[in-house]
Amino acid sequence: MAETRRVISVIVLNEHGVLSRIAGLFAGRGYNIESLTVAPVPQSEFSRFTIVTRGNERVIEQILKQLHKLIPTYKVIENSDFVEKEMALVKLPLSSDFNGLDAILKAFNGTVANAGSDFIIVMIADDSDRVGHFIKAMSKYNPIDIVRGGSVAMER
Amino acid sequence: MQLSGAQMVIEALGREGIKTVFGYPGGAIMNVYDEVYKQNYFEHILTRHEQAAVHAADGYARAKGDVGVAFVTSGPGFTNAVTGLATAYMDSVPIVVISGQVPITMIGTDAFQEIDAVGISRSCVKHNYLVKDVNELPKILKEAFYIARTGRPGPVHIDIPKDVTAQIGEFVYPKSIKLKTYKPNYNGNPRQIKKAIELIAESKRPVLYLGGGVMSSSATKPVREFVQLTGIPAVETLMARGSLCYDNEYLFGMLGMHGSYAANMAMSEADLMIAVGARFDDRVTGKLSEFAKHAKIIHIDIDPSSIGKIVDVDLPIVGDIKNVIKDMIPRMKDKIKKESFAPWVELLKRYDEIHPLGFEDSDEVIKPQWVIKRVGETLGDKAIITTDVGQHQMWTAQFYPFTNPRQFITSGGLGTMGFGLPAAMGVKKAKEDKISINFSGDGSILMNIQELMTAVESKIPVINIILNNNFLGMVRQWQTFFYDKRYASTDLSMQPDFVKLAESFGGVGFRCTTKEEFSEALEKAIQSGKVALLDVVVDRLENVLPMVPSGGTLYNMMLDFKE
Repeated sequence: MAETRRVISVIVLNEHGVLSRIAGLFAGRGYNIESLTVAPVPQSEFSRFTIVTRGNERVIEQILKQLHKLIPTYKVIENSDFVEKEMALVKLPLSSDFNGLDAILKAFNGTVANAGSDFIIVMIADDSDRVGHFIKAMSKYNPIDIVRGGSVAMER
Repeated sequence: MQLSGAQMVIEALGREGIKTVFGYPGGAIMNVYDEVYKQNYFEHILTRHEQAAVHAADGYARAKGDVGVAFVTSGPGFTNAVTGLATAYMDSVPIVVISGQVPITMIGTDAFQEIDAVGISRSCVKHNYLVKDVNELPKILKEAFYIARTGRPGPVHIDIPKDVTAQIGEFVYPKSIKLKTYKPNYNGNPRQIKKAIELIAESKRPVLYLGGGVMSSSATKPVREFVQLTGIPAVETLMARGSLCYDNEYLFGMLGMHGSYAANMAMSEADLMIAVGARFDDRVTGKLSEFAKHAKIIHIDIDPSSIGKIVDVDLPIVGDIKNVIKDMIPRMKDKIKKESFAPWVELLKRYDEIHPLGFEDSDEVIKPQWVIKRVGETLGDKAIITTDVGQHQMWTAQFYPFTNPRQFITSGGLGTMGFGLPAAMGVKKAKEDKISINFSGDGSILMNIQELMTAVESKIPVINIILNNNFLGMVRQWQTFFYDKRYASTDLSMQPDFVKLAESFGGVGFRCTTKEEFSEALEKAIQSGKVALLDVVVDRLENVLPMVPSGGTLYNMMLDFKE
């Protein structure tokens, strides 16, 4: 069975230890986490986990069922029509030649998030693939540091 | 009502109707023990090891069909209890284990007897709690019992820091619990049930594959009715022994690695498998690609994650077995013709005649299988049987005539040596009118032998029957079959004097080298009303047969072993 990339959104009670239950489930059963984003759902007792994982059909089905089996899990959403975004921050030295940077930022809807005496930090929020392309494009400016976040996803 | 955390624990147990608690005190749980001393709700039985406390609560739960409870202290008290939790988890047994923890102010400082207990138990419990606020304790206690006994049952662990057991809070014990995030599905989807009946009606060679869920769901009554109504042959897993009475004409025994030939052929030649609360364990299926490969599969289980985990299923039904089978019965009556399965049943009976479960008896040495049969003939349904793990466990499953559900109590999933004796104590506390027999081996019995002290002190007359072959028998058998008889670390010739050992604890001991001695000793042990230990010297090299070697196919069993 072929492995596919899946985005799973899990709504869980926002309580002590819930992250370790989910991370432990993946570790203990040998599932892989590609990225993980957690934040409270506003005005509720819940948190949303957005998990990007890989596996064949049977593995994905088990992941969904096992996630659902956790007592604090309220809802497991998968395979729906997700709008999915990632973000990245890239720190560039001011000593670099920034020829073309404006055009690239414009093309990726990126902005300058911060600047210091010897660096600037640029950021983008976009699809996973495009974040990858952006980071690649930044390589010619000799980035000092790159921080890439996990996916956040919302049903259409 | 204002209570301390420790008092809340006692009060909750009282309201849950708990009559027996097993445990072992220590620093972090002393506040709770101080309240145990003052209360009248339950009897506390002091085991001699925390693992045994949890196994005893587990045996109690399995025999009674209700939640068992154990108390342990922090650190090593808790880590000792982990094997007990894992054993209960693998066999879906409802227990609540309450552990002490160092005070909240000291958590994370590597304090004396501190360990991250919920971190350790997380992967071997249904759910766990670290209590951080005394005011949350009543709700947590109620939830713990609710979660343990509902849905697919399982162990729940509550870790309570010492300062929480001392703090005073308002005790409001919820009457009922409704959790937004936990709603087991009890009733099977009617459309799926209808389809199941159609599949059964179309089939020529259906087989019921009964698993431990039949016990958890207390579904033997409807399952037995279903079998009598439809005439569909049934096979049982280790955990399901006693689902049907041993002499039921449609029961073809246990399946799997040491199952009967007829049971394994039933699975191999069936055109429809109805899996009922079973989970396709590797000890059952053998080589997966060959397992029941002609059969369509209906899988009834309360746990959706059990369905489709190992094999693809044609028709899943998520629900409580008792309810689903009850729903099916009235709709089967005009759809299913018992006679249509008669040729199939006849074929399986023929298989059973060709290769019946048996052993070659001897007059020179005691055969272990004979001992099991002898106890079965003597006590039948008057006894509840526990076992340890190994050859004796398989022989018990094969040869003891089980009449009732919850009559056979064994560690199936985890295979925990040392389970038998403490579990037998729990059994006896749950069912005082029954005789509690623990079949063990000379390897297993030493893994919790200290519990003889508990049994003697608390006057729990458990009868231990050691099938003593001076070997770690099951491993020795594999070494004989698959490792050219290189008996690495399995020779247990060095042994204690089991009779004196039993006597030193205040029990009675018997050494039996002949059948007559055994029969006499069994009689004396029963009459004595004391904790007994029968050291039965059996044929050293007897093997458990038939056998499907690990990864082999069910239809290609090893029926005997010739040198």
